Amino acid sequence: MQRTLTIAKREFRGYFNSPSAYIVICLFLLMMGFFFWNPFFLVNRASVRSMYDLMAILLLPTAPALTMGLLAEEKRTGTIEILLTMPVRDPEVIIGKYLASLGLLCVLLLCTLAYPLSVSTRGHLDWGPVFAGYFALLLQGGAMLALGVLASSWTDNQLIAFFTSGIICFAFWVISRFLPFIPQGIASIVEWLSFDYHFQDIVRGVLDSRHVIYFLTVIGFSLALAFRSLESRRWS
Amino acid sequence: MSDVMIEAQGLTKRYDGIAAIENVSMQVRRGEVLGFLGPNGAGKSTTMKILTCFTSPTEGTAKVNGCDITTDSLGVRRSLGYLPESTALYTDMLVLEYLEFAAEMRGLAGGDVRKRLKAVVEETGLGDVIAKQIRALSKGYKQRVGLAQALIHEPPILILDEPMSGLDPNQAVEIRDLIKNIGRERTVILSTHNLAEVQVACNRVLIISKGRIVADDTPDGLRDRAGKSRCVVTVQKHQDESFAKLVEATWKSLPSVERARLIEDEDGELTYEIIPRGNEDVRPVLFKTAVDKGYTLLGLSREGQNLEQVFRELTTGPVAANSGSTKAAA
Repeated sequence: MQRTLTIAKREFRGYFNSPSAYIVICLFLLMMGFFFWNPFFLVNRASVRSMYDLMAILLLPTAPALTMGLLAEEKRTGTIEILLTMPVRDPEVIIGKYLASLGLLCVLLLCTLAYPLSVSTRGHLDWGPVFAGYFALLLQGGAMLALGVLASSWTDNQLIAFFTSGIICFAFWVISRFLPFIPQGIASIVEWLSFDYHFQDIVRGVLDSRHVIYFLTVIGFSLALAFRSLESRRWS
Repeated sequence: MSDVMIEAQGLTKRYDGIAAIENVSMQVRRGEVLGFLGPNGAGKSTTMKILTCFTSPTEGTAKVNGCDITTDSLGVRRSLGYLPESTALYTDMLVLEYLEFAAEMRGLAGGDVRKRLKAVVEETGLGDVIAKQIRALSKGYKQRVGLAQALIHEPPILILDEPMSGLDPNQAVEIRDLIKNIGRERTVILSTHNLAEVQVACNRVLIISKGRIVADDTPDGLRDRAGKSRCVVTVQKHQDESFAKLVEATWKSLPSVERARLIEDEDGELTYEIIPRGNEDVRPVLFKTAVDKGYTLLGLSREGQNLEQVFRELTTGPVAANSGSTKAAA
């Protein structure tokens, strides 16, 4: 446990040791500012409802960017050899790295609190839905980061890790848009598998434990697979 | 626990059916500095990766400090410090940050971290660069940081993969002396393909070739075993064409000489290599014979076969004629 936190701390600091974290955060906020305020004044209502969908989309490239290097870069440079010959269990390494990316996601989400805060100065803002929205974003972002850690464990090339996790996350997100074209029988299963189905419910304030369990399952499953992938080095 | 710190039995590692090492067994005792010697690709790194639990053997077992590498990998890893061949460090960190990270990962906490940090920084001479980013360091200093992280938890065993490769001669000597110092209190395995390093730093040598151990001895023992000391004798050439053959026949006719052959014929000088039958010094005999026969002696020297020749013989078969770079100094 202690070592998990040590790894998380190192990775989290690592984000800020290079410009990468700043670039990702700035880009995210810039895009958000652009896409948020444009329609905001057209609708002319003190609501940040549209913000969550927008952030969910912006997370599609952002989450993979945060996770792409976590394992791939260690494998490429060889730093993984010292790391894994320290007395640390493989799952601790995976979880530590995942926590670091989750930490950065939290920083990112905290930065966006500026939006509801500034909206609340223009009119009455109901904070209940805001927290529901952020909770949904945290869950979905967390799932995307876990998938990113998994993709990063498959390769020693950051770019491949980025696109692999990007495609997987996009698939999970976009799949609900294709429901009309999917045969009835499996449509409900596909819908249940999609991020959006659960995401929208939570944003609407339906805090059903099934939705939470869905995202936690995706996270657990991805991290377990990443652990297997890391472990496979022993037998290859 | 006995004095055996590392015991490997029948280690075999196959990658896609191709064996990187085959049936490697060894014992390393407390306080030994073992040189792991072999050409590139002989399986040195693979063996080290198995002993450090980075990868698992296809067959065989090993115990490190009494812990089994498959059933108690954490115990193994607690007992050793490892410097991999790549010396890959987190280059975006400061030296201090990195060593703190290593200390925490090794389970040190609070005052211990500071105490050990101070000790390893002193031991490895990192005082001047402690606040620098690792990427800004020279290769030699990076190697020191690598050693420092391997030493931070005072492990009884150190495994160093090519700790001196890629360094300039001065840095290499510094690192070598450092390792020698470290080896006074610890069990060290270091791999290298540089024989001079082994001769200076190690008290035991293991030569590995094509995944198998081909020799296990002290540096001196190895030299004695494979190399009888040879003599190199140079005489002035006569115009007579058959002279060279005649001289060679003379050497061969001596009872104390096992082999003699012409290894160089230029500038009117004939240089012969003489392998004596026993380990005795045949120089007096050679000198007297030359005087008796009226040869003009230009040079006469005796040299122990160096490790390089032994190494080549063991890893490539017999040394090819005239391959030695050991021209006799008169």
